[in-house]
Amino acid sequence: MCVLLISGKSKEAEIKRINKELANIRSKFKGDKALDGYSKKKYVCKLLFIFLLGHDIDFGHMEAVNLLSSNRYTEKQIGYLFISVLVNSNSELIRLINNAIKNDLASRNPTFMGLALHCIANVGSREMAEAFAGEIPKILVAGDTMDSVKQSAALCLLRLYRTSPDLVPMGDWTSRVVHLLNDQHLGVVTAATSLITTLAQKNPEEFKTSVSLAVSRLSRIVTSASTDLQDYTYYFVPAPWLSVKLLRLLQCYPPPEDPAVRGRLTECLETILNKAQEPPKSKKVQHSNAKNAVLFEAISLIIHHDSEPNLLVRACNQLGQFLQHRETNLRYLALESMCTLASSEFSHEAVKTHIETVINALKTERDVSVRQRAVDLLYAMCDRSNAQQIVAEMLNYLETADYSIREEIVLKVAILAEKYAVDYTWYVDTILNLIRIAGDYVSEEVWYRVIQIVINRDDVQGYAAKTVFEALQAPACHENLVKVGGYILGEFGNLIAGDPRSSPLIQFNLLHSKFHLCSVPTRALLLSTYIKFVNLFPEIKTTIQDVLRSDSQLKNADVELQQRAVEYLRLSTIASTDILATVLEEMPPFPERESSILAKLKKKKGPGTVTDLEEIKKERSSDMNGSAEPTSVNASAVSTPSPSADLLGLGAAPLTNSAPPPSSSGSLLVDVFSDSASAVAPLAPGSDDNFARFVCKNNGVLFENQLLQIGLKSEFRQNLGRMFIFYGNKTSTQFLNFTPTVICSDDLHFLKQFLCLNLQTKPVDPTVDGGAQVQQVVNIECVSDFMEAPILNIQFRYGGTFQNLSVKLPITLNKFFQPTEMSSQDFFQRWKQLSNPKQEVQNIFKAKHPMDAEITKAKIIGFGSALLEEVDPNPANFVGAGIIHTKTTQIGCLLRLEPNLQAQMYRLTLRTSKEAVSQRLCELLSEQF
Amino acid sequence: MLLFSRQGKLRLQKWYVPLSDKEKKKITRELVQTVLARKPKMCSFLEWRDLKIVYKRYASLYFCCAIEDQDNELITLEIIHRYVELLDKYFGSVCELDIIFNFEKAYFILDEFLLGGEVQETSKKNVLKAIEQADLLQESQNEDWGGLSEDIL
Repeated sequence: MCVLLISGKSKEAEIKRINKELANIRSKFKGDKALDGYSKKKYVCKLLFIFLLGHDIDFGHMEAVNLLSSNRYTEKQIGYLFISVLVNSNSELIRLINNAIKNDLASRNPTFMGLALHCIANVGSREMAEAFAGEIPKILVAGDTMDSVKQSAALCLLRLYRTSPDLVPMGDWTSRVVHLLNDQHLGVVTAATSLITTLAQKNPEEFKTSVSLAVSRLSRIVTSASTDLQDYTYYFVPAPWLSVKLLRLLQCYPPPEDPAVRGRLTECLETILNKAQEPPKSKKVQHSNAKNAVLFEAISLIIHHDSEPNLLVRACNQLGQFLQHRETNLRYLALESMCTLASSEFSHEAVKTHIETVINALKTERDVSVRQRAVDLLYAMCDRSNAQQIVAEMLNYLETADYSIREEIVLKVAILAEKYAVDYTWYVDTILNLIRIAGDYVSEEVWYRVIQIVINRDDVQGYAAKTVFEALQAPACHENLVKVGGYILGEFGNLIAGDPRSSPLIQFNLLHSKFHLCSVPTRALLLSTYIKFVNLFPEIKTTIQDVLRSDSQLKNADVELQQRAVEYLRLSTIASTDILATVLEEMPPFPERESSILAKLKKKKGPGTVTDLEEIKKERSSDMNGSAEPTSVNASAVSTPSPSADLLGLGAAPLTNSAPPPSSSGSLLVDVFSDSASAVAPLAPGSDDNFARFVCKNNGVLFENQLLQIGLKSEFRQNLGRMFIFYGNKTSTQFLNFTPTVICSDDLHFLKQFLCLNLQTKPVDPTVDGGAQVQQVVNIECVSDFMEAPILNIQFRYGGTFQNLSVKLPITLNKFFQPTEMSSQDFFQRWKQLSNPKQEVQNIFKAKHPMDAEITKAKIIGFGSALLEEVDPNPANFVGAGIIHTKTTQIGCLLRLEPNLQAQMYRLTLRTSKEAVSQRLCELLSEQF
Repeated sequence: MLLFSRQGKLRLQKWYVPLSDKEKKKITRELVQTVLARKPKMCSFLEWRDLKIVYKRYASLYFCCAIEDQDNELITLEIIHRYVELLDKYFGSVCELDIIFNFEKAYFILDEFLLGGEVQETSKKNVLKAIEQADLLQESQNEDWGGLSEDIL
C-alpha cells in the first residue's frame, strides 16, 4: 500500500484504503471496550501517519491527550507528538494538555520534562504562556536542572516570548540567564544565546551586560584550534552555529563603549576575516559553508556598527572576491551583503569598483534569484557618477528580463533616471525607452511622473514633444506611450508645430490613428487632448469637431466617453477664443511632492528595503524642483448649476440629455467658467478659526456677517457623509441670483479619475426672501485620503450690489474616522508595527486653551477616534485609535497626546500606515488644544 | 521546515509560527511548486514573500527551510545538513522510506536538534544520546512494536 502511495499510481485506491482504515479506528475509539494504552497509541500513531500522508484528521485528539498521562514513555511520546503536529494553538483541549504538561514538568524526570518542554515550544499558544511563562524561567536558572532540560527551557521560553511577550515576566532570572553565556556546556550557551538575542531586541538595557560576555565567548571560539571544541566543531570550523548567534546578539547593540571590549571584538572580526584568506582545511562544501556563514555574519556586524572604515573596506574586498566565486550560493550572498555595504559612506566607493563584475552577473548568471540580487546591488551602488551606465545596463537587461522582476526593474530605472538626471532630455528618453521595452510593466505612477516633470520644467518640454511625436510614429506602440504622447502633445504640441513634418494636422492624425486600439481611459484622455488641440491649433478645429461629432463618439456606449464628446463639442462650438484659452490653459506646475514611484517601490519591497530614502529626499530638494504627482492633486469640483455663471447661462444645451447629471469632470469645466466670469472670492476673514472649531464637531454656525448666516449640520458614517447647509438671510431684502458653489480646493484637475472627494449638491432656489432660510444638501463620498478642505463660494445680489464670499467647508479627513477600541497590548503591538519614521508625525506645540483633561477627552472623541483608557502607562497622557474609511482603503490610525502642564505644551504623535494621513491628522488635531 | 519528495509529496512538516491549517496547506503547495521548478545548479536561496527560503536536495528528498530576513542562509543550509547527518547516523544510511515509516523518530530527532525554530543542540553525539536513551526506555518497557509499516496498513 505504502509503495503504491509513493509511486502515486492510484489516488482512488489510496483514498479508499485510508477511509476504510479511518472508519476502523473510529469504531475502535467509539467501541464499548476500553482500549488499553498500547492500542490507543497504535491507533493515534496511525492517525498521525495518515495525516502526514496529506489527509485531514478530525478525531483522535482526546485519545492523544489521554496518552499524555500514561506512565509509559512511548505512549506519552506519541501523545505529545500528535499534539505538537495536529493541535493548533487555540484548541479547546489546551486545558487538559496543560494539566498533563504541568505534571510532567513537576516530575523531575528529565526525559519527561524534556517532552513537556518540547510540547510547549511546539504549540506555543497563549494559554500555555499563561500557564507556564512564570514557571519556565525558574527551571532555566535552577542550579540542579540538567543541561539538556536547560536548553529546552531556554528555547521554550523564547517561543512563549515570541507569542506573548507581555506574559513573560522580567525579573531576577534575567541576569542569571545572561551568565549562561559563560556556561561550560556549549549546547546550553547556544540555546541561551538565542533567547538572550530575542529578549535583548526588546529590552536592550536589561541585557546590556551580555555584550562583554558575548565578545569574550566569541573570542575564545575564534581563537581555538579546530579540535578544541570536540563535537562542537563542525567540519573543522569551531562552533559555527554559536558563533553566528553571538554575532547576531552583538548586532542588537552599538559598538561596545569599553575600549577593551571593543578592541577584543575588533580582533575577533579581524581573525574571522583573516581566516577567510587561509587555505581551506577541507574540500567539503560543509566546511566552506560553515566558515562563510560566520564570515557573512561578521560582515553583517561590521556593517551594523558602520564605524570602522578599515573593517568595512576589508569586508567589501572579501565580498568582491566572492562575486566571482564558482559557488552560486556565495555569489548570491555577496551581492546581497554588498547592497547594505553600498549605503555606508565608508564603503560606498569601494563597492562601486565592482560595477563591471555586477553588470556581468546581470548578463551571465543563469539563476533569476541571483540576477535579481545583481539588480538590487546596481540600484544601491548607483550615484551621479555611474547613473548613465547603470540605467543603460538595466534597460538593456530589461529586454530579456524575467517577467517576475520586470515591474521592479521598471520602477528602479524610473527612480534612478529621475534622481540622477542632470540632463532632462536623458530622463525623457529613458522613460520612453522603458515604455517601449516593457510597456506592460510601466505602472501609472511612472508615466504620471514623467508628465509631472515635463510640465514643471520648461527646458525639456519642446524636446519631450518632439520625442513622443517620433516615438508615436512606430507602427505598434504601447498604450502607455499613447497616454504620455497624448498628454504631452495636448500641452506642448504647439512647440513642434512649426516643423511641417509635425504640423497640427499630422499630430492629430497620428494620435487619432491610435485611438481605436486603445482602452476607454486612454480614449478619454485623447478626447481631452483633442479639445486642448482646439485651443492650441484653431486651424484644425473643424477636423476635431467632425471627429467629436461622429456617432462613434457622441453615441458611444461608454458614458464617460460620450459625456466628454458632448461637452467638448459644445465647448468648442460656443466658447469664444478667450474663454477657450482660459479653460484649456496649459497645466500649472505641480506642487512638489515625494515621488509616487518611490512610494510604490517601497510598498512592493516593504519598508526598510529601499535603503537610501533619506538620501533621495535630500537629493530631490536640491536638484529636483519639478516633482509632483497627478495622482494626489485630485479632488473634483462640483458646482450647483445656476443660471448666471455656467454653460447653461451662456446658452448651451442642457448637458444632461444623454448622460447622468454632470457630477465631476463635466462640471469641472463649469467651475472654470464661473471662475472666468467672476473670480471666487478669497476666504472670508476669520473663517479659519471657525473652520478649526468644526474639526471636532459637526453642527453649528460656520459663518455670519451682517447679511448672511451659514449654519451647518452634518453626519458621517464610514466613508460617506451628508451635510446640510442653511443659508439665512438676515436682512429684510431679497437676495437675488443666490448661487452657492462647492469647490474642492484649487486643484482643478484635468482627469476625472483622480478625485479623492466626491461631492454632490442639489441646486438651491436663486432667490432668498428677507428673513428666510434655505437649505442645501451636500452628499459626500470620501474616495481616498485628501488634504485640502473644499471651499464654499457664495455669490448673490443684495440691493444693487454683488456679493461674493468664500469659506472653507469643514469636510476634513477625520470625519471619516471610526473609533476602534483595543487593549493596551494590541495598541502597543500596532504602534510598534507602524515604526517606520515615515509613518509617524509628531508636533510639539503651545497650548492655546486652558489645559483641561475633560475637555481634551471630549475633543479627541469629537475628532472621531476612540479614547483608550489605561493604555498609556502615564495616566496624564491621552491615547486614541481609529480607522479612516475611504472608498479605496481603510487606514488605521493611532494617536498619543502628552500634555506638559508646567510648560503649557503638548506633544502630539500620530502613526498611520500613510505618511500623508499622519501629517494631515496631526495638523488638524494640533489646532484643537 | 518542510521535507518533500521529488514528486512533491510532503514527508515531514514542522511549523514554528502559528498558522491555520488552510494557510499551512497553501504555503506548502506554493513552496513545493517553487522549489521543484528550480534547476539543479541554481543557488539554494530564494526570496519568497517576506521570507528567505533555503533548500537542498538529498537524493529524492528536498529539505526546505523558511527563515527571516535577518537570518543567516549558509548556517541554515548547514542546519539542514546536520539534520540529514543525524538521520543518517540514526537510521544508518537514511532513505526516504525510513522517514516515511519511522516518521515519529524523524520528529523526535528534529525536536532534539531544533526547538522553537532555533538550534538547541549542535553536537551530533548529544542529540543521538538523547534519542538512544529514549529508545532504551522504550525497550526496557518491553514492548515489541517494531516497524509501523506492517502494523499500519
